[in-house]
Amino acid sequence: MRFPRRSLALGSALVLGGSLLGGLVISPAAHAANEPEALRISGGPTSATDQTPVELDADLYLPEKVPAPAVVLAHGFGGDKSGSADQASQLTEAGFVVLTYSARGFGDSTGLISMNSPDFEVADASRLIDFLAQRTEVTQDSDGDPRVGFAGGSYGGALALLIAGYDDRVDALASDITWNDLESSLFGQSVEGSSQLGVYKNLWTGFFFSVGLRTTDGKVTRCGRFSPEWCAAYTESATTAQVTPAISMLMRESSPISVTDRITAPSLISGGQADSLFPLAQTNANAEQIMEASPQTPVSVLWHGMGHDGGTNEDERLETSITNWFKEYLQEAPESPSVTEPFEVTLTSGEISIQNNQPQPTVVAGANYPGLFGSEQQSIPVLGPPQQILSPAGASPAAISSIPGFGGSLAGNLGSFVTSSFPGQSAFFQSQPLDTATEIIGSSQVEIALSSEVAVTDAIFFLSLQVVGANGRANLPQGLVAPVRIDSLGSTPEVVTVDLPAIALTANAGDSLRLVVSTTDLAYRMPLDERLYTVAMAQSAISVPLVTGLTPVGGEDPTFAWLLLIIPALAIAGVILFVLRPREPKPLHVTESSDSLNESPVVIEDLYKTYKGGYQAVKGVSFEVPRGVVLGLLGPNGAGKTTTMRMMMGLIAPTQGEITLFGHPVFFGSPVLSRVGALVEGAGFLPHLSGRENLHLYWKASGRVGEPYFDEVLEIADLGTAIDRKVKAYSQGMRQRLGIAQAMLGKPDLLVLDEPTNGLDPPQIKSMREVMKSYADTGRTVIVSSHMLSEVEQTCSHVVVMHRGQLIATGKVADLLAGRTGGRLEDVFLDMIGEDLTVGQS
Amino acid sequence: MKTKKALPFRVELIRQLKRKRTLVALILVIALPLIVVTAVKFGPSADDRAGGGGGGFGDGDLDLVGLATSGGWNFALTMMFFASGFLLLILVAMFMGDTVASEASWSTLRYLLIAPVPRRRLLSIKLAVALLLSFVSIVVLVGFSYLVGLFAFGSGNLSTPTAGVFSNSEALWRMTIISVYIFITLLFAAGIAFLLSVLTDVPLGAVGGAVVIVIVSNILDAIDALGDLRQWLPTDYGAAWIGALNREIDWTGMSRGVAYSVVSFIIFITIAYLRFDRKDITS
Repeated sequence: MRFPRRSLALGSALVLGGSLLGGLVISPAAHAANEPEALRISGGPTSATDQTPVELDADLYLPEKVPAPAVVLAHGFGGDKSGSADQASQLTEAGFVVLTYSARGFGDSTGLISMNSPDFEVADASRLIDFLAQRTEVTQDSDGDPRVGFAGGSYGGALALLIAGYDDRVDALASDITWNDLESSLFGQSVEGSSQLGVYKNLWTGFFFSVGLRTTDGKVTRCGRFSPEWCAAYTESATTAQVTPAISMLMRESSPISVTDRITAPSLISGGQADSLFPLAQTNANAEQIMEASPQTPVSVLWHGMGHDGGTNEDERLETSITNWFKEYLQEAPESPSVTEPFEVTLTSGEISIQNNQPQPTVVAGANYPGLFGSEQQSIPVLGPPQQILSPAGASPAAISSIPGFGGSLAGNLGSFVTSSFPGQSAFFQSQPLDTATEIIGSSQVEIALSSEVAVTDAIFFLSLQVVGANGRANLPQGLVAPVRIDSLGSTPEVVTVDLPAIALTANAGDSLRLVVSTTDLAYRMPLDERLYTVAMAQSAISVPLVTGLTPVGGEDPTFAWLLLIIPALAIAGVILFVLRPREPKPLHVTESSDSLNESPVVIEDLYKTYKGGYQAVKGVSFEVPRGVVLGLLGPNGAGKTTTMRMMMGLIAPTQGEITLFGHPVFFGSPVLSRVGALVEGAGFLPHLSGRENLHLYWKASGRVGEPYFDEVLEIADLGTAIDRKVKAYSQGMRQRLGIAQAMLGKPDLLVLDEPTNGLDPPQIKSMREVMKSYADTGRTVIVSSHMLSEVEQTCSHVVVMHRGQLIATGKVADLLAGRTGGRLEDVFLDMIGEDLTVGQS
Repeated sequence: MKTKKALPFRVELIRQLKRKRTLVALILVIALPLIVVTAVKFGPSADDRAGGGGGGFGDGDLDLVGLATSGGWNFALTMMFFASGFLLLILVAMFMGDTVASEASWSTLRYLLIAPVPRRRLLSIKLAVALLLSFVSIVVLVGFSYLVGLFAFGSGNLSTPTAGVFSNSEALWRMTIISVYIFITLLFAAGIAFLLSVLTDVPLGAVGGAVVIVIVSNILDAIDALGDLRQWLPTDYGAAWIGALNREIDWTGMSRGVAYSVVSFIIFITIAYLRFDRKDITS
């Protein structure tokens, strides 16, 4: 899975703004194993008066297998050949010979900029084809006619179209974000059918020109690297915001519109939605003119989400589309690439990507190119009275929709930046909230009536279509506005049809459409005197373009494949848990468990326990506990008493040996434990519950059946009213008594008490002795561990003496005492273990 | 030796429900929407809000939070957004991490095992109860936030930044998906917490350990330089529920997130079982 890149700028190769952002774009050097061959190729004449050819700085990339078709990559305005290196590598890998070069006036090429003039830049391109015709690495269609495609964006995109028009040796072309007509690009006019000059794009044109002013030696000159002809044309236009017939002619020669009727090479024409310089209308004109003049020529149109204003980064997709286009139309046996459909469009606003919370482009495609106005139109009513708007004196403050050259950093397509406009400068006409989600793909149209308080000769308006969310937040798609200029406007309303900027987005159910008519926009040249206009809807509706028959392409289908990982994971976990489940150990001696009533309550054989870390707590202990006795497990601290009891209770596993209770082997959780009640190493209770609740919950949790004898054990606990207080308030003695009571719940056949008298006072100890003795009298068995000899002596009939993990004596207390002079168990014990140990005294 | 099933689910549920921390958790998820709604309604910035949408909150690119005051659904969604990063994480880590370790620290664990509650049964019941409590706290958060939002901001449809508005029934469906998804993404932390709970006798260690691991993962996830490596981080899918706010639900991120969380949960739980099968209980 690929994650969208978080790129600051678009591919430098394709964008005019590349040079401005040049400092930010880190261009990975051509890392291909085969370094390009650096070349100086002779181009066309230096100027009309100087026939010396210019020298073009070029790189030739060779694929693994030659001869192969060639692709020439032309760069954007202000860039040079290095900007095409990445795309060149990709095309080389796809099996093309790739020629990148710096256009005249750029990079290390000589000559001056003539804006793709047929006599100069286009002539240069023809010389490049001548050069390729000489190379044996390039597939030749015939002598002097290499198999060659041309690709470029912006400045390079116009060249790709122009060379295809002028030189019929071009076999395929890919042209991105470029102009069809330079004049209508730089002088925007959105009134349908208008032949009047449009509104001068002040900022864009100035920015454009400034890029070409940069000289190699850093000297400031009047014309920089522009040819004198273009320098003069710019100076005049920028000063007057007018176009003389001569300049108009000059621009037309450098515009694809002059040659589109001659282009027969398969053409991939792409344009950007985030482009206020060469908007989609220009892209559309290039495509439609080629289709009209030569219907059999394969033309695909791609409206991506990028453009001179930034937008959504789709470099990878576009470059892949271009590569596939050339594979299809230049290579002999294309490996069935997925060629761009006749129409592909990116719906930029809409779904949010989970990776970066940015809008995730959805690409849809259709088998027919619908043009700018959709395959059908939907009329959406908009409401609003006629409104007066002011064009302020000094044209300031001006609304800001886009800022040329900033790569769209201001014009977010989620609408986080909404056009700032100023009071009184805009008229608003809004629709009802939409009932259903509507995909708007292309130019909407409106018919409005405009009039001016006083007659003017240059009325300028900016129309925009905003999408207003249910929360009232307005979003101006791509920050695009439609400039309108009317040469003569008076108090009589003039009705005009305006093409709003072409966009591709989905307006959601609940969104409203809002038509905004404004008098200012920072990016354009505006009149400086103040005017008062009246704006009204001529038709109270917006005609919205819809495109039918579009299907999603690319992207990832909603996939649940990852979820399938859960099944093997569950299966493996299940198998592991089944295979590695602890099994009931086989008893060393097969016993008749059915007759277990007659079995000894406890049989311990050859028991060892070594703790982690190597401490041997129990070493080879064996003993048996007869039924109906109170047995004392005796030994000093550290003798292994508690460890032995833990093993009896299935809390820890013996390292070696076996314990059976009533003939059943003990293991973790063995069922026989339900016949045992125990107090091991102090009591344990839920501190937030009362003693009574603890006993009841413990009984329920134990799963034991039968009579719990709550009343009897509570009597033994002797807690009085404290039984209903929370356990955390208990003293140690109270906890201990409650612990003994818990162990006796249900009167188990075997009662195991570890140091039961800890924390009890002498009267309680005394009564506890009686409890144990009478408990054993019922035929049940009690095991009491203690380090206090007198305690055992007074309570127990039998004793097991342990020391340092070993059994040192076992039997009846009376037997142990018999024949001893002292007659006291204490003396017996000391005799057994030697004098080195002090035993607790009672 | 006749026994019923030891440690019935209901008994363990009672044992947990009677704990103060369960009450505190409930109070927290109820308090959060109340605090936020009070701040929005009566806080210092309340007067600055323009009528209509937004207001009270900052508005980022996503602008989900800015929609919080547009109705009950949006308020519930925003609370979810606020809580999923930390509050719910803490609660889930607490329910899962504390469950076995606290028994060990109270010494009640050995009495349950002596009862005897078979070890796997003990883990299974504790797991089920902890998961239930975790899920319930999410449901309470969403449900109560919805009611608070309904009361404070009225019954709006669910507004989204890019996909318009969803009707009530659609909103219920989307919120269910989001709640369940957030619960599932929390399973990663839940699994770690549960494993730690089995490994240690210190409840705070188990809860804190899980929280720390998730926070470290969050920090790493914020480092762009790690690039695609981040898709292997458990927290990389925490926000994939955004996909449920698209017109057509985008399942891609969520299915990856579910797979990641559930598989890691299975692994942690398996290790926990294997460990507990053999563990000497000495506490």
